[in-house]
Amino acid sequence: MNNLLWLLAIPLVTIFVLIFCNDKRQYRLSAAFGMGLQLLYSFYLVFRYTTERSSGNIEQMVFMHEYKWFDSLNIVFTTGIDAISLALVVLTAVVTFTGILVSWNMEKLPKEFFISLITLATGVFGFFITIDLFTMFLFYELAVIPMYILIGIWGSGKKEYAAMKLTLMLMGASALLLVGILGLYTYSSTDVNLLSFNILDIANANIPVDIQKFFFPMVFIGFGVLGALFPLHTWSPDGHSSAPTAVSMLHAGVLMKMGGYGCLRVAMYLLPEAAKELAWIFIILTTISIVYGAFGAIAQKDLKYINAYSSVSHCGLVLFAILMMNQTALNGSVLQMISHGLMTALFFALIGMIYERTHTRDIRLMGGLMKIMPFLGVCYMIAGFASLGLPGLSGFVAEINVFVGAFMHTDSFHRVATVIAVSSIVITAVYILRVIGALLLGPLDVEHEFETGDARWYERWANIILIVSIAAIGIAPLWLSDALIKSLQPIIQKLQ
Amino acid sequence: MTTDQFFLMRHEILLVAVGVIVLVMDLMTTPATKHRIIPVAIVLFLINTIIGFLPIETGKIFGGMYRTDDITILMKNALNIGVFIIFLQSAEWLKNHEEKFNSYGAYFFIVIASLVGMDYLISSGDFLMFFIGTELATIPIAALVAIEKAKIKSSEAGVKLILSAALSSGITLFGISLIYGTTGSIYFAEVSKVFDGNSLQILAFIFIFAGVAFKISIVPFHLWTADVYEGAPINITSYLSVISKASAFFILIILLYKVFYVIPEIRNNILYATSILTMTIGNLFAIRQQNLKRFLAFSSIAQAGFVLLGIIGGTQIGFASVVYFLLIYVFSNLGAFGVVAAISNATGKENIDDYNGLYRTNPKLSLVMMLSLFSLAGIPPVAGFFGKFFLFMSAAKQGYFILVLIAVVNVTISLYYYLLVVKAMFINEQENPIERIDSDMYTKIGLAICAAGILAIGFFGTIFDFINSKAFGSM
Repeated sequence: MNNLLWLLAIPLVTIFVLIFCNDKRQYRLSAAFGMGLQLLYSFYLVFRYTTERSSGNIEQMVFMHEYKWFDSLNIVFTTGIDAISLALVVLTAVVTFTGILVSWNMEKLPKEFFISLITLATGVFGFFITIDLFTMFLFYELAVIPMYILIGIWGSGKKEYAAMKLTLMLMGASALLLVGILGLYTYSSTDVNLLSFNILDIANANIPVDIQKFFFPMVFIGFGVLGALFPLHTWSPDGHSSAPTAVSMLHAGVLMKMGGYGCLRVAMYLLPEAAKELAWIFIILTTISIVYGAFGAIAQKDLKYINAYSSVSHCGLVLFAILMMNQTALNGSVLQMISHGLMTALFFALIGMIYERTHTRDIRLMGGLMKIMPFLGVCYMIAGFASLGLPGLSGFVAEINVFVGAFMHTDSFHRVATVIAVSSIVITAVYILRVIGALLLGPLDVEHEFETGDARWYERWANIILIVSIAAIGIAPLWLSDALIKSLQPIIQKLQ
Repeated sequence: MTTDQFFLMRHEILLVAVGVIVLVMDLMTTPATKHRIIPVAIVLFLINTIIGFLPIETGKIFGGMYRTDDITILMKNALNIGVFIIFLQSAEWLKNHEEKFNSYGAYFFIVIASLVGMDYLISSGDFLMFFIGTELATIPIAALVAIEKAKIKSSEAGVKLILSAALSSGITLFGISLIYGTTGSIYFAEVSKVFDGNSLQILAFIFIFAGVAFKISIVPFHLWTADVYEGAPINITSYLSVISKASAFFILIILLYKVFYVIPEIRNNILYATSILTMTIGNLFAIRQQNLKRFLAFSSIAQAGFVLLGIIGGTQIGFASVVYFLLIYVFSNLGAFGVVAAISNATGKENIDDYNGLYRTNPKLSLVMMLSLFSLAGIPPVAGFFGKFFLFMSAAKQGYFILVLIAVVNVTISLYYYLLVVKAMFINEQENPIERIDSDMYTKIGLAICAAGILAIGFFGTIFDFINSKAFGSM
């Protein structure tokens, strides 16, 4: 049962079942059942992982399996997880499941919708469980392409533009990434017959610094675009705001984490020398991302745009932390990935629900929603508080780790960057509180006939699952971060 | 020469046999029963394709003029599969254009004749066989391109093809005569021994390269492509863009690896420049096309540019990845052409705009089209991804990282226009989309084979391993 291919098999079987379903009820039930099973399986994996570790297994990756694919090219599909990828797998399972719940009443082409959504999720799961660059790249692209269809068909606003922009920018990034990966492969060994895509093998190869410096920017930018690295973040606000609810959730919640994870696992871990030398460029860029995203969010009137810019800011924080290259910051970056994934999914889910009732996302046209939909209102507040880093919720744990880690660098460059980045907390508080004030409090805007009614049962469950996860990490972070720190050790050692 | 040796040419002999049988049986039909030849021809060709896979000895005959080895046999089998799919896709078109044909036998015979030429081309061991093969492959096709006599575009295409083919043959012949003049031989094996790279020989190389580049439509020798592809009947277009191109690529590799390996710098520089030009110009023109046949024509030019990346290092893995890519390309391009043919046969519509809202009315056709386009664009998990990845990988292994970067940027550009078609089918809406099309059984089988090939080839790594074990590197 601890064969990680189950994580791919369950979604694939779900897709297969969906093909043969033929009414709306069957679609959503089979999708929810399949992804629910996936969620349970990911919890089971957590259990197996902890028992494995407590029984003294100190391998870097556990549950490793190798599947020979292209023998003559030494391409082996290798699966394996450590705490980082496991945490992201669980995050993906949670977000996918809640995404299905949120799309319970999908009217337009529900079958195709669920199939594309689960295909996307399959790509993400595959990305996190593989430890060879070939399949990692394959799953990266597999996760991006369904996005085009999902936004194009089920999106809103200028969806065709947004879908094309998003796809082309991410595929352009993957073009850079491909060159980087081929470079890593070419220099993974001095013996031409032993070239390998396996991350653990490449980590042992001593790639010359000059060559590292050539490929590091490609790999880092390649993944960084997915992580909304300034100035290549522009796909993200358009994409998020045009996408249907569940897709925004998956995209901001999970897909953008692939960027952070890739930067950490591939760019930093495999090209450490170049990372040390070139980090300053990207520290500047990510600092801009953080502050710029937050200011961008202040200026927006559309709820989805606000949240999209806030994602740019928060994902910038992930990359920022990764570039700080010490244990506390790296731990913070992974925590921030999880935390941001959960709370942004919650945000987008709530925005979708509110939009369904008010038919507008413009905050100037709304007000006093707390009076008619208290459940959603409270959930929105919790999401907001998590986002601005209230202690007790996951955002606080992540941010404190990131900033403390960043401040550990004693030189003035890092210090200045950190101070600028920290200022984003204040800006975040401004836009979050402003939105909460405008949206939930104040007099009820009577000009709009709101479709009254609070959350329905599936919406409640989606929100509850996400909030419980956020609170769990906020209240008991040590359990997670202990495991993370152990798994981060090999990466930190390379970066010292 | 013994009989055994004679049967080394099994593929060609079988093809000729099938062609002659079809022609003779066609004589026995009357105008009322002439359509019966279609299933006969298809079944006979299927048998021929299956027999092609049976194991056979390899070797050379006619003093090295003709040679076979495992990889040529593999390539011939791939071409057979491609032509089989094209025959399946032609059935409906033939029935629709009944008035143009006194008999259908001629159509099948001409295609088979051209295929025989390509098989000889692939197997050629000297420049004479190479030249005869090229001519035999091209001239029959010009007749088919012009088969829609009443359509001015079709006649124009026929004339264009035959004129440019004649020009390219002339250029090739000039190159061959220079080779003969400087080395005293036309056999590949002997030429390569005395080939020392003096300037006349380099000129010869460039002429011969240009001649083959004409067939593959590598930029700047591509100008005939779009008009011919548009004017020709759609099945002939797919034949030109898949079968003809694949065989020309194959012989290009043989020439570069076996004859012109002495001048690697010149070879690589030419390949470097032409591949960048080919993929970029092919892509930029493809973006602007509205007619799907022209669109696929330019996209296939761009694809040719990617293939050159595999050849550039002269490695075994490059050879293998080109053959692997061509194998996948047969399925993906024929899938796309098959859908275009099915829709064109039923409605006569060939523009991208006409495809708006196609998914609502024809979901299966749209899905096959999407798979084919994704495979052409190189999107996982369909086979095209693996084909392209290995091409880039073989170039990267030789250190051509900048070239690979240019290529992947081009892949992104190509994705844009492939997505435009996907967008038309799935996202755009239209008041009167193309109504539901009920294609005949042949078309359905053809498209099913393509879809299965596109979906399956990538997952069986043994296919690549097999090709790789049969391939060889530059001398």
